[in-house]
Amino acid sequence: MYRRIWRSSIWSSVLGPLFYLGALGLGLGTLVDRHGPVATASLGGVSYLAFVAPAILASGAMNAAMSEASYPVFGSVKWNRIYIAAQASPLRPGDIFRGHLMFMTMRITMNAALVTVYMWAFGAIQSAWAVLAWPAATLTGLAFAAPIAAWAVTVKAETSFAYLFRFGMMPLMLFSGTFFPLSQLPGWLRVLAYVTPLWHGVNLCRMLSLGHVDLPVALANVAYLTALAAVGIWAGARSYRRRLYV
Amino acid sequence: MSHPPGSVNQVSHDEVLVRARGLTKRFGDFTAVDGIDFDLYRGEAFGFLGPNGAGKSSTMRMIGCVSPPSGGVLSILGRDPVRDGSAIRARLGVVPQEDTLDVELTVRENLLVYGRYFGLPRRIIRERTDALLDFVQLSDRAGDKVDPLSGGLKRRLTIARSLINEPEILILDEPTTGLDPQARHVVWDRLFRLKQRGVTLILTTHYMDEAEQLCDRLVVMDHGTFAAEGSPRDLITRYCSPEVLELRFGPDEHELAADKLRDFPAERAEVLADRILLYVTDGDDALAAVRATGLEPLTSLVRRGTLEDVFLRLTGRRLEDLCWPPPRPWPAGAHPRDPCALSSAG
Repeated sequence: MYRRIWRSSIWSSVLGPLFYLGALGLGLGTLVDRHGPVATASLGGVSYLAFVAPAILASGAMNAAMSEASYPVFGSVKWNRIYIAAQASPLRPGDIFRGHLMFMTMRITMNAALVTVYMWAFGAIQSAWAVLAWPAATLTGLAFAAPIAAWAVTVKAETSFAYLFRFGMMPLMLFSGTFFPLSQLPGWLRVLAYVTPLWHGVNLCRMLSLGHVDLPVALANVAYLTALAAVGIWAGARSYRRRLYV
Repeated sequence: MSHPPGSVNQVSHDEVLVRARGLTKRFGDFTAVDGIDFDLYRGEAFGFLGPNGAGKSSTMRMIGCVSPPSGGVLSILGRDPVRDGSAIRARLGVVPQEDTLDVELTVRENLLVYGRYFGLPRRIIRERTDALLDFVQLSDRAGDKVDPLSGGLKRRLTIARSLINEPEILILDEPTTGLDPQARHVVWDRLFRLKQRGVTLILTTHYMDEAEQLCDRLVVMDHGTFAAEGSPRDLITRYCSPEVLELRFGPDEHELAADKLRDFPAERAEVLADRILLYVTDGDDALAAVRATGLEPLTSLVRRGTLEDVFLRLTGRRLEDLCWPPPRPWPAGAHPRDPCALSSAG
């Protein structure tokens, strides 16, 4: 129904995670691991590389989702006006939304696949469950992409996206158990972290990658992310219609 | 590339493609289109003439099934645009006011992607692409990226793209705004050929010559309503004197002359910022009479009445003035390519 040929800005997605894994996993990891059992105990007894790699996978999916669902969606209305062109065809706003979301999901999946391969190459994967970390990361990305795209299409001025990245992406990256375990945070902040979507993604990917899967928790993570994606998909069809059919 | 006046194609007055009764579009408190009635017949070229903000684009968007009417009845190809929008759009072609081409793709890829939006098989798209690029004389640029193409070539590509689904109705929103005269003539020529092939054209414009060249029938639109309706020739006979005398005076004498000429025995006098127009039966006689009053214009011109005069008479404004204000800095958000975006409300 809805197809699109798209140029890919492949370089940032290829090299970005490589730098992250290299710098954090090997650089910072060596520092952390050198403190021996005391440090690694709070990581659950694994090396820092093994701890941080699945989090980079999940947060990379979030980053990809945020960049794909923000400016490109806004630009499709305001800049290159691809939506306006597509709108003149039999496609309905909901078709346009879901088509673009499919494209975003494809990009997120491609990124996640790449990071998973890197993780394997770095020796950061400790279980065969890690195969499932890939779709888990994709789900994490979708849970961000759908609601953000639903909102981005309604945005009037592009400065709104700066707020998204500054007050959305940055704190989520830092406080979702990404670079250090949540146990290091004070209690109230920990509760806050449990509510944020990225923690669910990170936790899910980490359990799968390390092979320590707590099934009820994993299901809760999946349910949370799925619900968020579903709400986004529902809202997107509506917000696209309101924005495009004026 | 001028064409004989009058249409050579068949207009079928039995078959109404678009019917509007009391059609209205409101944005909040602002009424962009205020209860208009019209019928469009198969095979005709119908023009909406008017300044920006007159409600032309709003009307086009409603006909294009991307803007639900706020009131009244609208039927396109016998169907309801709100309920059957998708099915109607499959039979429409749209050339939007601003190009919406994918500038990072090639000419050919643009047609492919657009054809896929319509769910056409690739093989069909490929065949039509060759014919369409040939039609708009872009065959030799098929493999080129769109971005570096000139405005005129982009417009022709947009027209080719809008024809990929072989539409029965082609909707053109200011098809030649911003093009240089030569590029405009090429576009007009292609549109004229489409009309000959039986494609129904609906277009908006604020260029009188465009309306005269292309339209079998047109409406002058102002403040969301129709100020007049008819063929270009009809409108000129109805609303304008046979001849128009244009007088230009020096800046010091302009007002003085304007005062004197207000009582001049012309059918009507129109004082513009730079010229005075006298609507008269015989221009040369009138010029002699003006000179007899002791006024000596710097330049004078006797010409026939045009749609421009009709518009001036009906709305009290000059179209081109309204669209092309003197250059000024662009406010944030306005697209520098489209000076009209600043004032277009409808």
